Amino acid sequence: MTEPGQREAARRRGGWFDHPALSVLLAAVWLLVRESLAPADLIFAVVMGLVVPRLAHGFLDKAFKPRALFTAVRFTFIVLWDIVISNMTVARIVLDPRSSPRPCWITVPLATHHPGAITLLATIITTTPGTVSCVVDDVRWEILVHALDCDDPQAMAAQIKQRYERPLMEIFE
Amino acid sequence: MNGLPLIEWALNFAFVAVGAALVLAAWRLVRGPDAIDRVLALDTMYINVVALVILLGIRFGTALFFDAGLLIALLGFIATVALSRYLSRGDVIE
Amino acid sequence: MALDEIHGVWQVVIALMLVVGGVFALVGAVGMLRFPDFYMRLHAPTKATTLGVGGVLLASMAANWGQGNYGLHELLITLFLFITAPVSANLMAKAALHLRVPSKAPVPEDQPRP
Repeated sequence: MTEPGQREAARRRGGWFDHPALSVLLAAVWLLVRESLAPADLIFAVVMGLVVPRLAHGFLDKAFKPRALFTAVRFTFIVLWDIVISNMTVARIVLDPRSSPRPCWITVPLATHHPGAITLLATIITTTPGTVSCVVDDVRWEILVHALDCDDPQAMAAQIKQRYERPLMEIFE
Repeated sequence: MNGLPLIEWALNFAFVAVGAALVLAAWRLVRGPDAIDRVLALDTMYINVVALVILLGIRFGTALFFDAGLLIALLGFIATVALSRYLSRGDVIE
Repeated sequence: MALDEIHGVWQVVIALMLVVGGVFALVGAVGMLRFPDFYMRLHAPTKATTLGVGGVLLASMAANWGQGNYGLHELLITLFLFITAPVSANLMAKAALHLRVPSKAPVPEDQPRP
């Protein structure tokens, strides 16, 4: 039988596998660093994956639990493809001496309030077509984005929401 | 073994390109005009230095350079974060 | 086993990745030199350099595989750079907005400067 105080403490400390994505990532990174699948390394990877999220529980936000795995995989490939395309676009603007890009600021209103989804959205905005996410405002729930070359801010915001935010909401909520 | 030293050429090209990128970034570091421009130049430079170290690793055929590259990447990121925080808050750790 | 003993086709792949990596690293730096205001300069390195270093790292991994040491070490640096580049870009942009670094495009007036 446990006292209510103890149970409260246990809840605050968190369980062993409350952050599955983080645990798997930690174990995978440890194996990559060691570059081996020896039993000792495997055991240590599992220990790291279980102990570190538990110890860091107090500092972590809501758990990162991907729901729709298929959507997640397809979304990953879409983003990787966009990164390559965006690099070509930026390279063309940089190398063409006659190009005169029209920079502008865009505010993207957020439909999701999930911290993981917002973090990933901001990261994706920075790594894809000519946009850098500058300020993530969690009071008014919007992201201030600087675009390198754009003539219609409204359309661009709509495109970001449609192409990246929708799948992210599907994955996280 | 075939006669084409193709990789050698590509390696030399990459060395020259990354070296030139470093020089251009250093020019931005000197020119400024704002402090934050210099931070951006330093950020670019450490990423290019990582590339340079990895290229050296390919040339000498050792894995030793990998750890150096990882360390430079880690410290460079922390340096950028600290410098930007210093510029925006006037303080690194509150 | 030396570099020039790697299989021919594999050599072409490695060479291609090295050239792509070098070109993008250079493009990033040229963009940073060329654009007129800070926020535009921010675009070039955050994108081009990650792909530049990414190309070089993939080439390094391919070269190791071609010589018979199978490893995924380089993925670690690539992963790290891909995660950290947006974070540092965001922090630099915030600092620039706070310092009111001039921007060619008008900054939205109602924006709280961080």
